[in-house]
Amino acid sequence: MGELFAQFDVWGAFWLTIKLSVWSALWALLLGTSLAIMRVGPVRVLNVVGAAYVNVVRNTPLTLVVLFSLTVLGTRLGIQIANDESPTFLVDEAVRWAIFALSVYHAAFVCEALRSGVNTVPVGQAEAARSIGLGLGQSLRHVVLPQAFRGAVAPLASVLIALIKNTTVASIIGVAQTSYFMVEAIEFRPDLIWQLFALIAGFFLLLTLPIGVGLTSLSRKVAVKR
Amino acid sequence: MSSSSVLFDAPGPRARRRHLIITIVAALVLLGVVVVALMRLDARGELEAAKWQAMFTTSAWQYYFVPGILSTLKAAGIAIVLSMLFGLVFGVGRLSQNTAVRWVSGAVVEFFRGIPVLIMMIAFFYFLAFRGVFAPETNPFVAVVAALTLYNGAVVAELVRSGVGSLPKGQGEAGLSIGLTPGQTMRAIQLPQAITAMLPALVSQLVVILKDSALGAIITYPELLRSARNLAAGGNTLQPLVMAALLFIIINFTLTTLASYLERRINKRGHTSAKADKDAGRPGDSVGAGTL
Repeated sequence: MGELFAQFDVWGAFWLTIKLSVWSALWALLLGTSLAIMRVGPVRVLNVVGAAYVNVVRNTPLTLVVLFSLTVLGTRLGIQIANDESPTFLVDEAVRWAIFALSVYHAAFVCEALRSGVNTVPVGQAEAARSIGLGLGQSLRHVVLPQAFRGAVAPLASVLIALIKNTTVASIIGVAQTSYFMVEAIEFRPDLIWQLFALIAGFFLLLTLPIGVGLTSLSRKVAVKR
Repeated sequence: MSSSSVLFDAPGPRARRRHLIITIVAALVLLGVVVVALMRLDARGELEAAKWQAMFTTSAWQYYFVPGILSTLKAAGIAIVLSMLFGLVFGVGRLSQNTAVRWVSGAVVEFFRGIPVLIMMIAFFYFLAFRGVFAPETNPFVAVVAALTLYNGAVVAELVRSGVGSLPKGQGEAGLSIGLTPGQTMRAIQLPQAITAMLPALVSQLVVILKDSALGAIITYPELLRSARNLAAGGNTLQPLVMAALLFIIINFTLTTLASYLERRINKRGHTSAKADKDAGRPGDSVGAGTL
């Protein structure tokens, strides 16, 4: 183990995995929330667009989305999203396209998680709110949305954990996060393959298990008893 | 919008006018986005007919797309069968009477659910390459199938567990009361019902496996995505990737539709009162349609 740390920038790879996870999670949450609003809203056109987005993205492999982002949108269509003045331009560009792809992909799942949260609220709740004279805004704010968010905690936790594991796919466009480092390290030190695997598996379990356990108990705590 | 929606009341004349305005604005914005995208594509010469016609030649399909689809389906098919076996063994293990068996099965399932599929693929691929167990050209295939099996087997194990757990308690009690052993009760009464309830979730899991098989491209397995990239080596990157995406979407959308059809049928039949929920009642894996 010590040899690995001495020979490779293990922390750098781990840190990049965490960075990718955090930024992608934030963007996916933003985009996914907008999609969810489009899908549950009263406007037909937006319903259809939201549904189409979710169905297309959900059925495409993430590997393809990541590859498409850098090679097609970045290279072929010449869309730049990093500062080309900086010395690390190429690295930044790949990292940003990876974040873009991860966000676009997981937004579809965030949208579905939020929608399933809304679906946990029985229609009777909204009817009851209207019948005591609350307006649309009031019934959403005090009755429907609080319950919907509480119902969405568990599926959102699943999406977050999947996202953390999925950051490894970024190695297909050369982003030097954990899986990229793993290949590099094995090429140099094939004798340490199992130590490497243990180290990396441990790192991911350290990230995913506490989030899983913590958010599961949170979702149980806030779940609306019906 | 029906009036029985949770979120909205039936729209009145003012709301309808507002919706119309939003509709028009949204349509215009969408149209604008599409026009800008097409202009960009055209400026870069990506809309030339020749580039797209190259996707529909006999050789493109004969040497790239068809072999790619077949490799993808082969890996996914074998992996789903093996993960069902794995899932049955460890799912039943988690429900065992024996504490040690329960504990070991739990640890195995949690371990394989917690690490990324790609990490497992890379580990298997290099391990096989160094050991030379198989012929070099089958190594990627074995690594893809093994990694997909372990991860999805762990997910199926959770499905089995939640499927059995959601059966009415009386089922198990009835089995025991007519003198069956716990093992017989599990095999003859609980598992068959749980598997029926799991069917839609299993089909959804097949979508996950198909999408994850594309990770094989990273370790040189010649599945659909890698075939598309090989075709793209001819200079056009956009068209082969779009074609590959379309093929994936068609296959997976068919499976998703099949899953919801099965779900409706099973619920209508009332064959079982159990419902294995999609993410096995706990976070950690995919939401219905999976990780990648």
